[in-house]
Amino acid sequence: MSPHYMPLVILVGAAFTENILLVNYLGMCSFLGVSREMKAAAGLGAAVTLVLSVSCTLNYMVNTYILVPFDMLHLQFIAFMLVIAATVQFMEMAIERFSPRLYYALGIFLPLITVNCAILGGCLFMSIRQYNLAQSAAYGAGAGLGWWLAIVAMAGIRQRLQAARLPKGLDGPGITLIIAGIMALAFTGLAGMLNIR
Amino acid sequence: MPAPKTSRVFLDGVWYENPIFRQVLGICSTLAVTNLLKNTLVMVVGLIWAAAMSNMTFSLLRNVTPRRIRIMVEVLVISTYVILLHLALQAYLPEISRDLGPYVGLIITNCILMGRLEAFASSNPPWPSFVDGVGCGVGYGFILIGIAVIREMAGFGTLLGIPVLGAWWTRWTLMVMPAGAFFMLGIVVWACRHIWMIGAGKEKPA
Repeated sequence: MSPHYMPLVILVGAAFTENILLVNYLGMCSFLGVSREMKAAAGLGAAVTLVLSVSCTLNYMVNTYILVPFDMLHLQFIAFMLVIAATVQFMEMAIERFSPRLYYALGIFLPLITVNCAILGGCLFMSIRQYNLAQSAAYGAGAGLGWWLAIVAMAGIRQRLQAARLPKGLDGPGITLIIAGIMALAFTGLAGMLNIR
Repeated sequence: MPAPKTSRVFLDGVWYENPIFRQVLGICSTLAVTNLLKNTLVMVVGLIWAAAMSNMTFSLLRNVTPRRIRIMVEVLVISTYVILLHLALQAYLPEISRDLGPYVGLIITNCILMGRLEAFASSNPPWPSFVDGVGCGVGYGFILIGIAVIREMAGFGTLLGIPVLGAWWTRWTLMVMPAGAFFMLGIVVWACRHIWMIGAGKEKPA
């Protein structure tokens, strides 16, 4: 239960102390795959933030106004996935219509996001922690921003790594994971500041 | 395409095309559930079940699914089995279900499942698909279990909750924290890739 947290506190907490990538390990696949290049990382981060904020809010509504009153909580996973897939579709169309430039920047990443576990994970955490509407929206946005921050930081580090000589087996995912470990340590240092569970 | 040999398909999943260190899929849950061996075992069994069953189901549907809605059908097939798993856990192992929290639901977006449906089940008959699901699940499982054994022993001095290291062991708390998971997995991926490269004989590791 978390009835008394201010939405702003949740937003900051979700981005830093409970970073969805480094503390809850979500969205690792695309994190490892796309963090090789700064531009792509920033684009994917932006797309994840957008989708996560919108779908977290929508899923809160679906959960509270449809699933709970009709006693269909066992369909939660499917309902959440459908909402996420629909959100991604609509956002793709809306962005294409209103901002073609942003569409070209995000274009290839949007469809991938449907199966990014950070999105479904964020929505499930939102429902497990029983946030209210404002808290859910703040949590979605904060988690997205935290993911964005982590992948951009990692892309910056990996660009430097390209010049380094690594053992063959360690190159690629191995070294990325170890760097992520060091980043996670740094974020753990912030853990005492806020608690939003 | 002739039907692939069962044993070969299985070994591919377990080692040659191992989901974790070869394809680098399904990392999220690898990190999240490996702080306690008990949770890991449940997760591994769950993943093998979900991977094998949804692989087989989608393989049966592969010829009647229009290409454009393929991804949606895949997600629905996977969700069905994950929901069954989630309900079973809530009914019979409520404590573990609470510990695992959202990570059971997250099997749906586990890239191993989507990846195998896309890469294997969509072009192969049901039986090899089933075996492929089991193989990938086992390949995923043995790495998870290895990591969990090390993390739980180092972090708590216990295995499955039973003290094994005795009182002299100072708990190495880092190992059960998020950072420890990243370090362990990074090292395991390194070691396995190294061994794999020697086995493959393609190039000498540096």
